[in-house]
Amino acid sequence: MKAQQFAEHLGTQYEGKDFVLDEFNRECVVIPLEVVPQCFEFLRDDYATQMDYFDFSTCVDRPPDRMDLVYSMYSTVHRHRVQFKVILDRNNACVPSIAHLWENANWNEREIYDLYGVFFPGHKDLRRLMMPEDWEGHPLRKDYAHPNLVVRPD
Amino acid sequence: MDLIKKIPAYIERIPNGGILMTGLDWVLNNAKASSMWYMLFGLACCAIELMATGASRYDFDRLGMIFRATPRQTDLMIVAGTLTLKMAPRVKLLYEQMPDPKYVIAMGGCTMHGGPFYHDSYSVLKGVDKIIPVDIHVAGCPPRPEALLNGCIALQDLIRGEKVGRKRDRPGLRHVDPSTNLPLLVRPDTGLIRPNQILMPDQLRVLS
Repeated sequence: MKAQQFAEHLGTQYEGKDFVLDEFNRECVVIPLEVVPQCFEFLRDDYATQMDYFDFSTCVDRPPDRMDLVYSMYSTVHRHRVQFKVILDRNNACVPSIAHLWENANWNEREIYDLYGVFFPGHKDLRRLMMPEDWEGHPLRKDYAHPNLVVRPD
Repeated sequence: MDLIKKIPAYIERIPNGGILMTGLDWVLNNAKASSMWYMLFGLACCAIELMATGASRYDFDRLGMIFRATPRQTDLMIVAGTLTLKMAPRVKLLYEQMPDPKYVIAMGGCTMHGGPFYHDSYSVLKGVDKIIPVDIHVAGCPPRPEALLNGCIALQDLIRGEKVGRKRDRPGLRHVDPSTNLPLLVRPDTGLIRPNQILMPDQLRVLS
């Protein structure tokens, strides 16, 4: 299955929701934030998709007000790999956790929380993964400024 | 016999043997310098060069250097690699767990001043000597095994110059020029290896 078929398949499952392809990456389906945990559970368990392998999830910071969460998934049965994108509000970045569906999403979500400051309700252990425990701020946000940063001279 | 001639000692031969008189400093310092056990500990790509130096081609063992997997049995800490701010308290803890006398070799550019991570990095400690006193700096990114061996020999020379029973003047922590935020000369007393000095092959002494 290609991303276009994924979008149509999800559109028949969730009536009234809009599943479109990403404007840049045509193998990427944009998923509405409202259906996030149920939609991924459906993608994992449905016979036609069977996305049983969670590659990774990452985040793209797009200031001033947008933040994209990207999931990459693979089906070892059907051998198709598709990416999914959830568009968040940058000032209130919050998306339900999917760590109960795929175990390895656990550390991916901790990393995104650590570096981008996206909050994952439903995550059992949302601590910082890479930065020290008492670190302030989320370094991969575009507007992050560290007080001791030595800027490279031009 | 050549080795015997190098010892600063008085030798008197008597039947069935001889009497050798020498200084306590020489004996104890040589014992110490010839069995520098270092901690099995690597942080980044410099650790690969450290492993290469420990392997058979360059062979740390001929300097009496054997790695130990616990800080409580080591004399020398070779900080090999980028030290991140998260790792820094752990490295300081490991250093404090080592028994005296203890020495530190800072290996590579990252451990001196952050190296390639000096600019635009929020998570790298810009110099190990901000948290632990460093005896020898070995420049390079990463240093070749010859450079590390040279640093170890420089450390042995440093140990041989010590006085038994006298407190060692341990190198202090980093002195930073406040205007430029660049390190000053690291060891003003001996000036063994300066932070930005790259060791050239002709500076490497031949191991005999």
